[in-house]
Amino acid sequence: MATATSDQVHLDVRGIGKSFGATRALDDVSIPIRSGSVHAFVGENGAGKSTLGKIIAGVFPQDQGKLYLRSTPVVFGSPREALQRGIALVAQEVALVPLLRVAENVFLGAEPRRSGFIERDRLAERFQRLTTEAGFDLDGNAITGRLPLAQQQQVEVLRALARDADLIVLDEPSASLSGHEVERLHEIVRRLRADGRTVVLVSHFLQEVLALADTVTVLRDGKVVRTDPTSEETEASLIAAMLGRPASRTYPDKHLPAEDSPAALTIRDLTAPGVRHVSLTVRAGEIVGLAGLIGAGRSELARAIYGAAPAIAGEIHAGPTPLAGSPVDSIRAGVALIPESRKDDGLFLRRPIRENVSLTSLAGLHRLGFVRRRAERIQVAGVLVRVTGSSLLEAPAGALSGGNQQKLLFARALLATPSVLIADEPTRGVDVGAKRDLYELLVDLATGGVAILLISNEMEELLGLAHRVVVMRLGRVVAELGGPAMTEAAILAAAFGTDGTAAA
Amino acid sequence: MSGTEAAGARMSRRPSLTRLSDAVGRGGILIPFVVTFVALSLASPSFLRFQNLANILDQQSGIIIVAAAGTFVLIAGGIDLSIGAIYGLAAATALNVASSVSSPAGVVAGIAVGLAVGLANGIIVTRFRINALIGTLAMSFVVSGIAAIVTRGNLVVALDHPDFQQFAATRILGVTSAAWMMLLTAVAATILLSRTTFGRYVYATGGNAQAARLGGVRVNAIRVATFALSGAAAGLAGTIDSSRVLSAQATSGQFLTFTVLTGIIVGGTSILGGEGSMQRTVIGCLFVALVANGFNLLGLDPFYQQVTLGVILLLAVGVDAWSRRSE
Repeated sequence: MATATSDQVHLDVRGIGKSFGATRALDDVSIPIRSGSVHAFVGENGAGKSTLGKIIAGVFPQDQGKLYLRSTPVVFGSPREALQRGIALVAQEVALVPLLRVAENVFLGAEPRRSGFIERDRLAERFQRLTTEAGFDLDGNAITGRLPLAQQQQVEVLRALARDADLIVLDEPSASLSGHEVERLHEIVRRLRADGRTVVLVSHFLQEVLALADTVTVLRDGKVVRTDPTSEETEASLIAAMLGRPASRTYPDKHLPAEDSPAALTIRDLTAPGVRHVSLTVRAGEIVGLAGLIGAGRSELARAIYGAAPAIAGEIHAGPTPLAGSPVDSIRAGVALIPESRKDDGLFLRRPIRENVSLTSLAGLHRLGFVRRRAERIQVAGVLVRVTGSSLLEAPAGALSGGNQQKLLFARALLATPSVLIADEPTRGVDVGAKRDLYELLVDLATGGVAILLISNEMEELLGLAHRVVVMRLGRVVAELGGPAMTEAAILAAAFGTDGTAAA
Repeated sequence: MSGTEAAGARMSRRPSLTRLSDAVGRGGILIPFVVTFVALSLASPSFLRFQNLANILDQQSGIIIVAAAGTFVLIAGGIDLSIGAIYGLAAATALNVASSVSSPAGVVAGIAVGLAVGLANGIIVTRFRINALIGTLAMSFVVSGIAAIVTRGNLVVALDHPDFQQFAATRILGVTSAAWMMLLTAVAATILLSRTTFGRYVYATGGNAQAARLGGVRVNAIRVATFALSGAAAGLAGTIDSSRVLSAQATSGQFLTFTVLTGIIVGGTSILGGEGSMQRTVIGCLFVALVANGFNLLGLDPFYQQVTLGVILLLAVGVDAWSRRSE
């Protein structure tokens, strides 16, 4: 893989240290990043990989240490200064102006202009040249906010290229993409490398790192564990290095529910926005995985079941209770939802952990409208100890790391003692260690008799946890796979609607 | 805590800057309030007199009642610009009914008018999905127009009904009943906000409406309730003030909306919703009142009073923006 890279060091990170308050985010980090290579940073959440990416791109100043750009010491006061030296950051969340057109976003702040007026023709012409060079298929006149996330990322990459960046930091680029979108992103990374640019890839996805990177640096607790050619690493070796211990099996044992366990969730011929004629049963104690491409209707199905989106036709029962189509009724009937996006749909970041966890259970935690605060504290602390191992109650939810925020949503669901749990991407943006904890929680819940509908973009997760996988495509259920038929190839084939051979 | 130390270490807390700004936000308004209070005590011998302080409370009673209810609206993510208009209409209605029917009927009518407009505001904002700022601004024109029509633009007086004055001006322990009603409202509002499920749902609605809905909060019902509270409180305030002076004018609430919002925001309740507290609102309103009182007592140019208030408001919003910066 290392054919195109030279031995010349593009950016030498030497002895970098960084603290946020009392937290030591980076400690004496030294990494040589070679010109024209794809260099990945991996580590658990909080290991410091994103912080390092941001220091390189001038977002944060470092406390100690130095950066050498082609052997010259450099100090970046801002991302703009880093950009002037050819370093660009494509952040986890896209930072584009949604109402502007694609080409305008690409050249934002660097528009070709004459006496204050933007020269539209020259802008269009430059955009054309740039997309051709990069090999992107983007319409410069499209309104940026209406594009799918994957294309918005391409706009960000173009923006970096438009400023002649030759070192591009990609911070968790595929976290919010799926399937073919990720594949396109990988093509882009390979193309950047083929053009002789250097790419720093900050990623949670080890397979992605192994497939794309020439060199990988493992970080743990702000320190470098090691920097190695990717060819010398495997998924297991990386996990072991990240955790500081050998990787145990990632997934807990599956406990099959009893043959006669009753149906806890029954859906008959449900049609709702994005969902067409879906019938599905989840038995108590069963984990049913819901697979499909983005836009296949999985989250839409979850929302329709929970009553967050109106059902047009069909019936939904939780046990014997028909669901009336609002979250309030679903909660009362024992259905809990872990929503797809914890920030948009789940948490109140500025409110205390305690209030975040107890919200859905307040109906059982009051007397004449007054919150029973002692009971609330005791119950929330109890469930938090089980989920996070901590009984920190009063800190704002926003002070927690992503993984722990996700655990709050689990705690909230658990406290409501549901009989049905719909978990939509429950481990999104969560590091390896926390993932394992969440898997155990899911399996524990199922063993305790909860029916779980698990939506995930990670194939492994579905295969590792689910007893049965239901595949959706274009709003319909197209396959139901269990036992030996439940394979990655079969799921993908059904999701793409092709033969197994074409999909694999 | 030591048992959870290991887990705590993995919880990777956010930078201490956030915590510092949280602390500033929390203590916030109390510090300038105390400083002003002490300064005025030293600068003006008449400030600390019981009569002056009781007067401040009496004059602020309407404002603080409306601000207490308005705090619910703001925390739930809304804003109510119609409180001044409601106040004017309620004052005129209460006085008319008090003089034509009876004093108790006047009180009920004043509050009921406010409640009705508040409910209408809530329905406009939720059912018809009209932005709260615009919806209540429009409502304020409608309501002040109605008040002008009802009063034919005249000053309504009821000097021949002194019994109606007892509602607001009865002295109990040297303090007027208006001030006692304000105290009662403030205490009730504090409990409602901080101790009840309703209060929790108000915070959740303003903090993240989508998450609140998925968490089982009837978001629209909560919003309607906050506007209804705000309307009823404006109605009560109008009734109190018309009772105090036995006269009312449709335009008398002109400046109330902004005085109230200034008090709430200076107190530290965020205009972005999801945050705030009742105690802060009360102290914020009193702080604004102290500044005004100070200008009076010290004989300073009243034009500078407005400039001072404007600067204080900007500072308050600035502190809020600063504390959110890290998000």
